[in-house]
Amino acid sequence: MEHLPTLVSEARHAIQAADSVVALEEIRVSYLGKKGEVTALLKGLGKLPPEERPAAGEQINQAKQALAQEIDTQRQQLEDVALQARLSAERIDVTLPGRGQPNGGLHPVTRTLERIEELFTRIGFDVAVGPEIEDDYHNFEALNIPAHHPARGMADTFYFDATRLLRTHTSPVQVRTMKAEEPPIRIVCPGRVYRSDSDLTHTPMFHQVEGLLVDEDVSFADLKGTIEDFLHAFFERDDLSVRFRPSYFPFTEPSAEVDIQCVMCSGEGCRVCSHSGWLEVMGCGMVHPEVFRHSGIDSERFTGFAFGMGVERLAMLRYGVNDLRLFFENDLRFLRQFA
Amino acid sequence: MKFSEKWLRDWVSPRLDTQAMADQITMAGLEVDAVAPVAATFAGVVVAEVLSKTQHPNADKLNVCSVDDGSGEPVQVVCGAPNVAVGQKVPFAQVGGLLPGDFKIKKAKLRGEESFGMICSASELGLEEETSPGILVLPDSAPVGESFRDYMDLDDHTIEVDLTPNRGDCLSIKGMAREVGVLNRLAVTGPELAPIEATHDETYAVTLEAPECCPRYIGRLISEINPAVETPLWMVECLRRSGVRSIDPVVDITNYVMLELGQPLHAFDRENLQGGIVVRMAKQGEMLTLLDGQRIALRPETLVIADENGPLAMAGIMGGEHSGISAKTRTIFLESAFFTPLAIAGQARSYGMHTDASHRFERGVDPGLTALAVERATQLLLEICGGRPGPLVEAVSEAHLPDSAHITLRAQRLAQALDKELAADEVTDILQRLGMQVLADENGWQVQAPSWRFDIAIEEDLIEEVARIHGYNNLPSRRPSARLALRSSNEARLSESQLRHQMVARGYQEAVTYSFVAPELQTTILPDAVSPKLANPISADLSVMRASLFPGLIRAMEHNLNRQQTRIRLFETGLVFNGELDDLSQVPMLGALACGPRDAEGWTANREAVDFYDLKGDLESVLDLGGSASAWRFEPGDHPALHPGQCARILHQGQEAGWIGTLHPRVRAKLGLKVDAVLFEVRLDALSEGRIPAFEPLSRFPEVRRDLALLLNEEVPVQSLLDSVERHAGDYLKGSKLFDVYAGKGVPEGHKSIALGLTWQHPSRTLNDEEINQLVDTIVIQVRAELGAELRS
Repeated sequence: MEHLPTLVSEARHAIQAADSVVALEEIRVSYLGKKGEVTALLKGLGKLPPEERPAAGEQINQAKQALAQEIDTQRQQLEDVALQARLSAERIDVTLPGRGQPNGGLHPVTRTLERIEELFTRIGFDVAVGPEIEDDYHNFEALNIPAHHPARGMADTFYFDATRLLRTHTSPVQVRTMKAEEPPIRIVCPGRVYRSDSDLTHTPMFHQVEGLLVDEDVSFADLKGTIEDFLHAFFERDDLSVRFRPSYFPFTEPSAEVDIQCVMCSGEGCRVCSHSGWLEVMGCGMVHPEVFRHSGIDSERFTGFAFGMGVERLAMLRYGVNDLRLFFENDLRFLRQFA
Repeated sequence: MKFSEKWLRDWVSPRLDTQAMADQITMAGLEVDAVAPVAATFAGVVVAEVLSKTQHPNADKLNVCSVDDGSGEPVQVVCGAPNVAVGQKVPFAQVGGLLPGDFKIKKAKLRGEESFGMICSASELGLEEETSPGILVLPDSAPVGESFRDYMDLDDHTIEVDLTPNRGDCLSIKGMAREVGVLNRLAVTGPELAPIEATHDETYAVTLEAPECCPRYIGRLISEINPAVETPLWMVECLRRSGVRSIDPVVDITNYVMLELGQPLHAFDRENLQGGIVVRMAKQGEMLTLLDGQRIALRPETLVIADENGPLAMAGIMGGEHSGISAKTRTIFLESAFFTPLAIAGQARSYGMHTDASHRFERGVDPGLTALAVERATQLLLEICGGRPGPLVEAVSEAHLPDSAHITLRAQRLAQALDKELAADEVTDILQRLGMQVLADENGWQVQAPSWRFDIAIEEDLIEEVARIHGYNNLPSRRPSARLALRSSNEARLSESQLRHQMVARGYQEAVTYSFVAPELQTTILPDAVSPKLANPISADLSVMRASLFPGLIRAMEHNLNRQQTRIRLFETGLVFNGELDDLSQVPMLGALACGPRDAEGWTANREAVDFYDLKGDLESVLDLGGSASAWRFEPGDHPALHPGQCARILHQGQEAGWIGTLHPRVRAKLGLKVDAVLFEVRLDALSEGRIPAFEPLSRFPEVRRDLALLLNEEVPVQSLLDSVERHAGDYLKGSKLFDVYAGKGVPEGHKSIALGLTWQHPSRTLNDEEINQLVDTIVIQVRAELGAELRS
């Protein structure tokens, strides 16, 4: 009993000197463990006279608690230091790029197509597609362009033989849909089309979206309203001027070309609009009764409108692309700009 | 159609400046392509008379002239033109004047002789593109001292209109003037024309043997003409401003009348005609040498003008060489005919020709114009070439002349079509001004179209005319209304867009390549491909339809490799074309190509080259989109473009749906490619088939897992092992994971070690060790029996 103070002082030194949680634990065991020296003192209480036991017991227990507390404090400190050391060892450069593959991207034509499709499907149009190798009937005859019609000269056609050809527009899809379905019909027909033309501003293949709406009491006003809405939505400009110019397509009557105020110069006049301030962007019109007749639709009861646009042209205007041919070179440096 | 503004204004002249008139024409549906001044800018050029000409003392090719430029004093000028002569009226640029190209005229000394100005040629004044051989000689009547610009009326514009094929009626000044008159509510006045009195009675017989193609043919003999005269300058200028070159007076006059009135004319040399004129279909085997020298074998569906010796001209397209007029012609037979559009349509094109005449006839020439045009041409011929006119010879088949359409326009239909009630008076006025005969009643209008409007046949045509003249932009807009019908949508179906976006997420850039490719490229990649060939390709490189997406993707890869791009990931969707035309499939596919390092360059990047399994993993990510990956299988296969040891046929529900593999080294070598590439293409219809998820209750009982290491002959595909294991693993196998494939040390030669992790789970109880051990034993016995696989010890 008499050496308790010495023992405590020794233990305190040892605790303060411990430099790791492991060393500290060893100290705890050697003093406070089952066989520890302080524990041994407690065990030795029985050898004391009974009247001394309570006081001695209290002293030893106090010493034991004090040591235990010091050990805990010291452990906490050691753990904090260890954690700090680990955290600092585990520091990384968070500015390094993340691991993984870069994304790819959609072709600008597809990006534009999807956007056009979305605008129309949102108001209840369906998307319809069809074959690209077509026959004369669906590409011309059924669209009121009989053989030798001067309008055949409007589109230079790629032929395989006398009657089979690469479609020059996606209108055959309209014909096929009108034959297969009853009005009301609301479709857009996106796809590749082909004309034997190749220069700075023409490629032998390009993309079109055509639209068709057939129902009772569809008027030229509906056509105008739809196209104005579409162009405002596509260019995200409600103040964009749109004008309709009489034109001619064998499959529509009345027919119109649609011009928008030049989006490059806001109508001031620039190279893109040939200094006219206007850009021709679409063709449209009311479905010709002859086309309805070919499709078995009663043109007295139903009327409809159709429109068509060149996707590359709209993409060029939307994204400022200045060379049509870039769309088909598939240069990654070009494609990546639209990701 | 290209014409001079002043010529048009001779007929009708609205109070609009040039641009405003052009805009008005455009907005009426006759699109003005270009408006350009008829002459370049120049100033200080006057009409002068050459008073004297003497040889330059120091230069053989120069003359020293004195001219009267109206200033009162003769002016000395040195002139190098070979055709300068005393008495000529000439355009003379005075000192201080300015010629096109910013060329200032100054006092000069040429080889010692003073020169105060310049006598000009047509090209120096910007009136001709090619350099003129000599100075421009003006008519004697040209007034000395007058501004040359004023004299020539050069403050004028050429207006070029891009006419749609339905508006053949506007292919003349008369037609354009009619339209401008309608738009501005102005009267239109043409040149005065009194009937020509015949001064001899010689005629020439005309027979119509094909009246359905040529119901009217009018001719006239004009004798004793002088073809040696020169076409007057005003006419040459008129023609020039319409883009037509002056040739000789007779041809110039017929061209002039065609431009003025819209009626193509033709002049034959009477001396070369035998017997009467017959308008008939060509006979098989007949030949004709045309004015432009080409010799044509005529086909029976071609209408010809013939005499008793055979064809003289392709009707409405081009005259023949033999019967054409020449410098020796004294008597001409002038032809003005109405050929029906159907008779001419497509004919010129079928011979590879396109002429001003065929362009007009196939669109429709006013049958009411036939006689008028002969009279007008005769008038001009007499004025310019002299001669004596004979009486008109007319052959006509009234029954075959086109009937103007009689159309009813319902007021209610018009209002419905335009969503606007137009005043009945306005409608009547518009129709009448367009030349229609109109009878208004309470329900609408009874209308007869004018003979020049071949495009007016039905009610909708009238609606368009009314809308067009009223102005499309003065009509209302509205939003279409429809019932909000909710339609069902197929949840199991993946859209093409979803598939594309997955490829994008996997790092692929979308390509769009031409659907036609070079035949050699296709044959190199797919020697057995059969796909349609274009009859009229734009070039040999783009002449055969692609039978696969591979050629286009490989070309796109090459393009990028040549531009320092090393890591390439491309995909494309589109149709591929297989088979002959009569047995053709046009199938939408998804194709992809990868080459270069596995990872994009970066600090963690794996610099190994991309391989089969990278691409297969990307493809599997697309196959998994629909949630029905088990519908797909890969099996070893042979594809001509792909490495035989690294190529798989892709099956969807047991049907071939595509291919994946490494580009065949031989193909790679033939194409001169320096890197390996892996490719796939798969049918889009198969890729689009997904499934609707079906819930299975979650088991509350534990999973049991057993790992097996099996030795398998290296020739045996792992898929066979997986199939066999699954067949014998009982009903409660939850999953089998392939977690290692190894060959090398510790594995016998010719074998591979496959490590599988199998898990079982029962829905309603705990599986005991005994039953699992039994299943494992069965599996081991069966894979040994079926595939010779051994448990690895």
